[in-house]
Amino acid sequence: MQDLMTVRNKIYGAIVLLFATSWACQTSTERLQQERKGGADVPIRPREEHYPKNFAFGRVITENEIAPLAINIAPDGTGLPAGKGTAKDGVLIYHQKCASCHGKAGEGRPYDRLVGDRNVKEKTIGNYWPYATTLFDYIRRAMPYNEPGSLTNMEVYQLTAYLLAANSLIADTLQINATTLPKVRMPNQYKFVRDDRQDGPVIR
Amino acid sequence: MKENKKKAVDTTVPASLAHLKMDRRKMLKGVAALGLVLVQEPLDAVTQKAESIHPLAVDPSKVLGVPPGTLGTRSVFEKPAKLPSFTSARTPLQDLYGTITPADLHFERDHAGVPRIDPTKHELFFHGLVEKPMAFTLQDLKRFPSFTRTCFIECSGNFRTGKTTLTPQEICGLTSQSEWTGVMLSTLFREIGVKNKATWFVAEGGDAALMTRSIPVEKAFDDAMVVYAQNGEAIRPEQGYPMRLLLPGWEGNTQIKWLRRIELTDQPYMTREETSKYTENVAEGKIRQFSFVMDARSIITFPSYPSQLAKGWIEIRGIAWSGRGKIQNVEVSVDEGKSWQDAMLQEPVLSKAHTTFRYLWHWNGKPTLIMSRAIDETGYRQPSYRELVAARESRGGYHFNPITVWEVKGNGEVFLVNDR
Repeated sequence: MQDLMTVRNKIYGAIVLLFATSWACQTSTERLQQERKGGADVPIRPREEHYPKNFAFGRVITENEIAPLAINIAPDGTGLPAGKGTAKDGVLIYHQKCASCHGKAGEGRPYDRLVGDRNVKEKTIGNYWPYATTLFDYIRRAMPYNEPGSLTNMEVYQLTAYLLAANSLIADTLQINATTLPKVRMPNQYKFVRDDRQDGPVIR
Repeated sequence: MKENKKKAVDTTVPASLAHLKMDRRKMLKGVAALGLVLVQEPLDAVTQKAESIHPLAVDPSKVLGVPPGTLGTRSVFEKPAKLPSFTSARTPLQDLYGTITPADLHFERDHAGVPRIDPTKHELFFHGLVEKPMAFTLQDLKRFPSFTRTCFIECSGNFRTGKTTLTPQEICGLTSQSEWTGVMLSTLFREIGVKNKATWFVAEGGDAALMTRSIPVEKAFDDAMVVYAQNGEAIRPEQGYPMRLLLPGWEGNTQIKWLRRIELTDQPYMTREETSKYTENVAEGKIRQFSFVMDARSIITFPSYPSQLAKGWIEIRGIAWSGRGKIQNVEVSVDEGKSWQDAMLQEPVLSKAHTTFRYLWHWNGKPTLIMSRAIDETGYRQPSYRELVAARESRGGYHFNPITVWEVKGNGEVFLVNDR
């Protein structure tokens, strides 16, 4: 029994010595780094293994409830509603509801410039925006600034056509609708690239 | 005049004054004599305003103080304030201590004003590529298992230059930190059953801009949350009341406030914000899109413009943060960048969080330049302005995180050094 205790104490002693040695062998920088790391990480997620399959909170919604809110337009035209408009149709409504902020012909002031080609310094629909569908989506959800969401789909098509034509991206007479809008070629699209930054030392 | 008098007399007194065992009339008289004005505010909120009629020379320990109230107040001697513009308001980084931003000083950026939302009339919709389209009220969200996380939120357009008289607030005050509480987005995704085909989701706010961003689904299964609380209380309206998306480490505009709808999709929807706005010019004439992660950055908040220094010991202080994880180290130079020393980091260092650093410096009174650079746990080192300009082939724009350099003049004045 006594022998066993001694052996055990010896083993403990050896383990303690081992740790002490490895601690002493660490450079101060290593130790500093380890201290900086602050031991165990603070978790970024809760433990979830005991969660039930479903909590059964909330309510299931119907297509009728979703439809009026589902206004997102994808670059391939997904989501575009029925309706149509030409630049000529859009002139009047542009002057009524947009020109006071964006200028008589989209030249800007007091707010964003909307019309301009490569020679214009400010970002415009013509020299910067990569997708024509974004115009419809954004005008419908957020414009006019003082009356958001007040335009009909028809008016949004007309304004979209007006702004595309003002930027010389389409002809005055082209009818803009769910089929033609996604096909409008935006001259700046080729410049857009996905984020290629990564973890690590490279500055991009 | 009479009306005003009457108002003052009718003022409700907090119940906590009862222990003074005075009758109401006497008590009011007493309170008035002490120079305290009790103000009855709308919604019956009683606050005390210690009118600063006591000259400072009077010993405060010889005068009865202000009784307890329903809401705390800042000392009248402290006046930290956001710096507002038409579209944003900046956090006074140089006036803060530690890493938590008081909720009323959290930076603001909105795209059509702050909406007023009644939480009992607000639902968060999930639809699109899901098994079961569902809506959750604020009360529903609060029933789910909750989680709390401290992290920064930074606007990706958070760099200003061009003047030597810019404060930290003006240079990069569009970053703030809170302790957020809510539910993991993945918990909600599991509840509605996200289909395998879903690779993105489009998040939409309930503000007048119906602010919309496309987010890769992977972020939801990493650390995204839907949060309803900030620093121990309900989220402030300016931060997205009643609920917002929290995407730790990602640019602020993706963390949709006033969140009302999430559509699961198989493609990004190329919304206005992710095409015409939050994109930046990079090398070879390209425009970078979906630059979600905020690169590591630091700034010395003291000394900074307009500090006035005296020779001797100075504790250089600042914050550092990285959207990629923890801050590994902050290096400080007090000799114009010729040599760099490790700053002390305040523990605990949290992932994707503002981290306080300090460096004790004995200033000999000679003019010099001081600066800090952050290194994160992935090995990224914060670049100088010139390094960044060379790498980007661009002199600014979104995601611009260069070293901030301060010039210390011989007379102790401190100014920003631009573009170094």
